[in-house]
Amino acid sequence: MFPATLARRLAGTVGLFWLVLTITFALIRLAPGDAAALLVPPSATAAEVARTRAELGLDRSTAVQYARGAGATLRGDLGESSSLHVPVSRAIREALPVSLGLGAASLLLTFLIGVPVGLFQAVRRGHASDRLLTVATTAVYAAPSFWIALSLVALFTYGAAAWGLPPSMRLPAFGLHTPGAELHGWSALVDLIRHAVLPVGILAAIGAAGIARYARSSVADTLQADFVRTARAKGASSARVYFRHVLVTVLPAMVVLFALSLPGLVAGSIFVESVFAWPGMGQLMVNAIIARDYPLVMGATAVYACIVIFANLAGDLVLPVIDPRRRA
Amino acid sequence: METAAAGLLVAMAVAVILVPLLSRQDPLGIGDVLALRLLPPGARDARGVLHLLGTDRFGRDLFVRMMLAGRISLAVGIVGSLVAAALGTILGAMAAWLDGIFDRVAMAVADALLAIPRLVLLLVCASLWRPGVTMVVAVLVATGWMGVARMIRAEVLGTRALPFVDAAVALGAGRWRVLWRHALPNALGPAIIAATLGVGNAILLESGLSFLGLGIQPPEPSWGNMIAGGRDLIVAAPWVAIAPGLALIVTVLACTLLGDAFRDRLAGEAAVSLGDRA
Repeated sequence: MFPATLARRLAGTVGLFWLVLTITFALIRLAPGDAAALLVPPSATAAEVARTRAELGLDRSTAVQYARGAGATLRGDLGESSSLHVPVSRAIREALPVSLGLGAASLLLTFLIGVPVGLFQAVRRGHASDRLLTVATTAVYAAPSFWIALSLVALFTYGAAAWGLPPSMRLPAFGLHTPGAELHGWSALVDLIRHAVLPVGILAAIGAAGIARYARSSVADTLQADFVRTARAKGASSARVYFRHVLVTVLPAMVVLFALSLPGLVAGSIFVESVFAWPGMGQLMVNAIIARDYPLVMGATAVYACIVIFANLAGDLVLPVIDPRRRA
Repeated sequence: METAAAGLLVAMAVAVILVPLLSRQDPLGIGDVLALRLLPPGARDARGVLHLLGTDRFGRDLFVRMMLAGRISLAVGIVGSLVAAALGTILGAMAAWLDGIFDRVAMAVADALLAIPRLVLLLVCASLWRPGVTMVVAVLVATGWMGVARMIRAEVLGTRALPFVDAAVALGAGRWRVLWRHALPNALGPAIIAATLGVGNAILLESGLSFLGLGIQPPEPSWGNMIAGGRDLIVAAPWVAIAPGLALIVTVLACTLLGDAFRDRLAGEAAVSLGDRA
């Protein structure tokens, strides 16, 4: 991409991010009810409510509040969380790595499982195995993540104990670590993996089902193309056709899908984190919303939007590199 | 496959209407709690009544309650998706037809809203107003029009360049008549696909909202809040949380297979986004 186009694209991205923040600010200001009244005890007098309102800067006009908020955001100050009483940036900084780790592990598994399954389905299109896999992948994709989470918890945590399965098959239901256990090194890693099996597995299964569906239709379309027929007519083996011709053609779409899935890293885990009580961005967001902690909600939304915009930009920049047809 | 999916959807719609009507059990009322609560699936209670999927903590039959919840969940999903697709179609077509400042502003707003993951946007909007059926439909529409708008805008822009549009204008048809009678009908393929696939997505999102307590409030049953209700009983009575999910999965499965069939038929490009679902 030429520098001029790149610069224009980046400027557009910054503008988009500013628009996201403005819309979120406007949405939150639309909320009925008095934010200051929510934060003081019910026995507070009108003077105390007024004082809290002044402290939060809510007594100034909307334009002034917007200007102050914008200035603060540019300085990197996202405000203080009214429910956690810590700076918003710190709360996010502590929660983000958990979600990123969960998302990265599940995204890797998603593509490792989903693409081969989709490929297999496309090759066997129309056969019984394809139909069965279509129903299976669509059913997994149709199930709510929190329902799968609760069902697997019932199965592997409590069912495993009740039916006397070996301890290695009993998976913990909550948290990142076993509480109270002082583990180091290898045993700490094993403990983390045991706690991560269910959350990562659920997200990977749902993601893989989605990717398999997309890969199936994508590859099936490519298999109809003339160049595949030519390659086969020239005597290319099946493996060569699939890898050298089909997969390479489908790869750009997969890369774009990978980039589009990056936001799902953090946003898709909201329910799984809620059920398994993982202290990530998802749980942070849910708790902030339930507590009507608007500074934290705004900060978290800004972070999500940042990730989405960055992922789209990355996809746009990488695509011409992978797909020669897209080079300007 | 699509006839099976359509048949399944129709069967589910009929079931959610008829089962609560025909059943002698009251899914909302609370009877003799101690005698009826937490019966496992397939059990008969003291009066010999069979409970297909068991009972919940208040002794209400889960199967009938699940079907009643289906009315709300299915209605919210269908209405939310259809209105979102309609709004997106109108805005996208207007943006393509009017060009200029309206197009730029509308697409900038759509892009900004698309930059926030749909679930996050849904949660933020849902937290701003009082929970309830109307609010859930409103926020589903508010967060779902953008993708359709972009697709319809692209389709109408493509249709605008075709000869029959020029012919209609040359014959003296007004601008809006050309849009309504000529350009739009040819651009509706993606909207239909998005609307059908959107029903399943909307049902999942509504269940997610209700699960977190921000959507449909108990005692009005919805698949999401029934699953939430069974969450702390997952040790003693796992069927309370698992049963409502079964009807949800069947419904969303049918909707998605139907949407896939439309997409294969109409050869449109419904955007796939993994960050969208619950």
